[in-house]
Amino acid sequence: MDVVWLARLQFSLTIMFHFLFPPITIGLAFLILLLETARWRTAREVYRRASDFWLGLFTVTFVVGVATGIVMEFEFGTNWATYSRFVGDIFGAPLAAEAIFAFFLESGFLGLLIFGRKRISSFVRWFASLMVALGTTLSAFWIIVANSWMQTPAGFRLANGRAEMTDFLAVVFNPSTLPRFTHTVAAAWTMGAFLMAGIAAWYYIKGRGSDVARVSLKLGTVMSVVACVLNFTTGDHHAKQVARTQEAKFAAMEGLFTTQRGAPFTIFALPPTQSGRRPGPELAVPGLTSFLAFGDFQALVRGLEDFPRRDWPPVAITFLSFHHMVILGGLMLLVALLGLVLLWRGRLERARWWQHLAFWSIPLPMIAIQLGWVTAEVGRQPWIVYGLMRTRDAVSKVVGAPQILFSIVLFGAIYAVLGVLWLYLLRREIIHGPALAGTEAEVRHAAA
Amino acid sequence: MLPLETVWFLLVGVLLAGYAVLDGFDLGVGMLHRFVAKSDGERRQVINSVGPVWDGNEVWLLTGGGALFAAFPKVYATVFSGLYLAMMLLLAALILRAVCLEFRSKVASPRWRGTWDTVFAVSSFLPSLLFGVAVGNILRGLPLDAEQEFAGTFLGLLNPFALVVGLLSVAMFLTQGAAWLDLKTEGPVRERAGAWAKSAWLAFAVLWLVATLYSRIAIPRLWQAYAQPLTWVAPVLFVIAAAEFRVLVGGKRPGLAFAHFSVAIAMLLAIMGQGLYPDLVPALGAGESLTVMNASSTPLTLQVMLTFALIGMPFVIGYTIFIYRRFKGRVKLDEHSY
Repeated sequence: MDVVWLARLQFSLTIMFHFLFPPITIGLAFLILLLETARWRTAREVYRRASDFWLGLFTVTFVVGVATGIVMEFEFGTNWATYSRFVGDIFGAPLAAEAIFAFFLESGFLGLLIFGRKRISSFVRWFASLMVALGTTLSAFWIIVANSWMQTPAGFRLANGRAEMTDFLAVVFNPSTLPRFTHTVAAAWTMGAFLMAGIAAWYYIKGRGSDVARVSLKLGTVMSVVACVLNFTTGDHHAKQVARTQEAKFAAMEGLFTTQRGAPFTIFALPPTQSGRRPGPELAVPGLTSFLAFGDFQALVRGLEDFPRRDWPPVAITFLSFHHMVILGGLMLLVALLGLVLLWRGRLERARWWQHLAFWSIPLPMIAIQLGWVTAEVGRQPWIVYGLMRTRDAVSKVVGAPQILFSIVLFGAIYAVLGVLWLYLLRREIIHGPALAGTEAEVRHAAA
Repeated sequence: MLPLETVWFLLVGVLLAGYAVLDGFDLGVGMLHRFVAKSDGERRQVINSVGPVWDGNEVWLLTGGGALFAAFPKVYATVFSGLYLAMMLLLAALILRAVCLEFRSKVASPRWRGTWDTVFAVSSFLPSLLFGVAVGNILRGLPLDAEQEFAGTFLGLLNPFALVVGLLSVAMFLTQGAAWLDLKTEGPVRERAGAWAKSAWLAFAVLWLVATLYSRIAIPRLWQAYAQPLTWVAPVLFVIAAAEFRVLVGGKRPGLAFAHFSVAIAMLLAIMGQGLYPDLVPALGAGESLTVMNASSTPLTLQVMLTFALIGMPFVIGYTIFIYRRFKGRVKLDEHSY
């Protein structure tokens, strides 16, 4: 079997499985911070129980994220050694920064928050939740710096057979860092908010509404509206940047083959193939892609035919993943807005139909996030570093197909077990539910 | 002023020493867990002694990995791709180890907990052994070609010297873990940990002698640096700290005993670092060695990274001390314990 193909399969398996977890923890960490702020400022006991409950779900998810993240820190060296030699002068620094500025912070203060609740003051508890939220978000920032440099390299020169850093700030704030970071964080907030609202809704469906469920339902709903709107504003910003800096990727996202003024935005079409669009029923808004990308309905958008064929990304995957992400973004915004209207009218806790909708919508942000990264990473192909190094030239020279196959089987098996156990434990925690008002105090009295 | 490349050789060494001292004790605790604690209550005592801090300890390894990538990318590339199968086993163990304690605590059934206790033991033993085998191979030299790519085989890594260093590493982490339990637990667990500390220390001392004599005979390159009198500071401190640890352990001052063995671990890494420098990975035979000069990043990158370290690490050390102080004293189980 082809080594490059296997190495890519191994990478996509390990990164996609890993990235099931960080969006949940980044999103939940921020929501827990909000609950903690309310607890610290109002001293109302319901916020403490809400924060305890969500922290439990956060922790189970966090450890799986940590476990699968360890692999990523070393995988560039094991599987992509040629790439590592080429970019090490630039790419290693953000990884090290992530560890120094983010991993220590989140792991240290999470330990304090989980095990030390009896040993710290109300303020320190809040501060620890702030540091955990800051740590998870900073971690996203630094790893996105590294990824964005692969997409839109800047601040370097080619010398001694490698990319050498010439300007650190240009590396960090390369053209796609901030658009990608803001869009990723908005998506993670969406994930956290849908999880919170969906699980709270489930308690109502099961007739287990409580003060914690009410707080969570409201916070989750309001936050999903905010996050869904941010998905579109940050996504728009990000797409404009791709249109300017990665034209072939942008053309593939839109399935645009010929360069044209007034490029349409496809709402529905048969997926394009590597050789062109397929004839069939189509629904498109004329000029919208030109407008979205350049703010002018008549702007010129370059099509794939302007680029050598060997520089094209896989068109169908890029097109389909991008369009389905956008469709899901719209659906999620709709669910969130309906929730907001119900909340406004004071009917959120009674609207069973919406609660069912919210519960079944929990996976939507996750699917959209994975599709978004497929667009970003598959759309970057055939390059591993855009315009500088091809993916097929980046693999380790000394690692053969059997070794990679072994690692795929090994990680595949472990991840299957981890995934099942994670769902099992999450389900257990949810069914067990948050502590109810009064129960803990009574237990403590009885024990005393 | 030292050249930046040398500074980063030292800093990567400091990160690895920090890892060996800190994750060292929880790796040791993981291996000892099933032996020193019998009932679930005793096991929870052991688990809660490392529960709040093991994840932070492991970050030292991730920081070391990131720093190695940034400062010496060729070492990162050559060693990790060359030791591919060993790396995969190491990563598999670290994955399972990372979820053990959290998963274990969530379900009360004895079978569930017993299973995770075994996973915790195996996934602590395997990395302890593999780290040592890797270090042993690097001290001995790796077969490298003219492009500084690994040119050996997996079986070639299982040579006698590397295996001795692998066992030395297991004994070292066992001792460190037992010293930690001596400090953090009480009752029968502490008594058993104290006994383990003494026998693990003996194994550690014997294996260290064997490895040292072996290197004296078979790897003269490692001894070249010791023509300089100043380089003898680390070995002397190592012997004093390790010997005093044996006197102190199990006594009235477990904190001091633990500190002694931590110094011994750091000094052992210093001894190896002095032997290696200026090589990071010496070539066995004809190939081109990876040295601080030919494997490093550009001065700009090293400068940026040094700035990161100087800004970031004081904060890290500061709040790590703050967090450890919150858990000072012997483990007391409460309703938030695992």
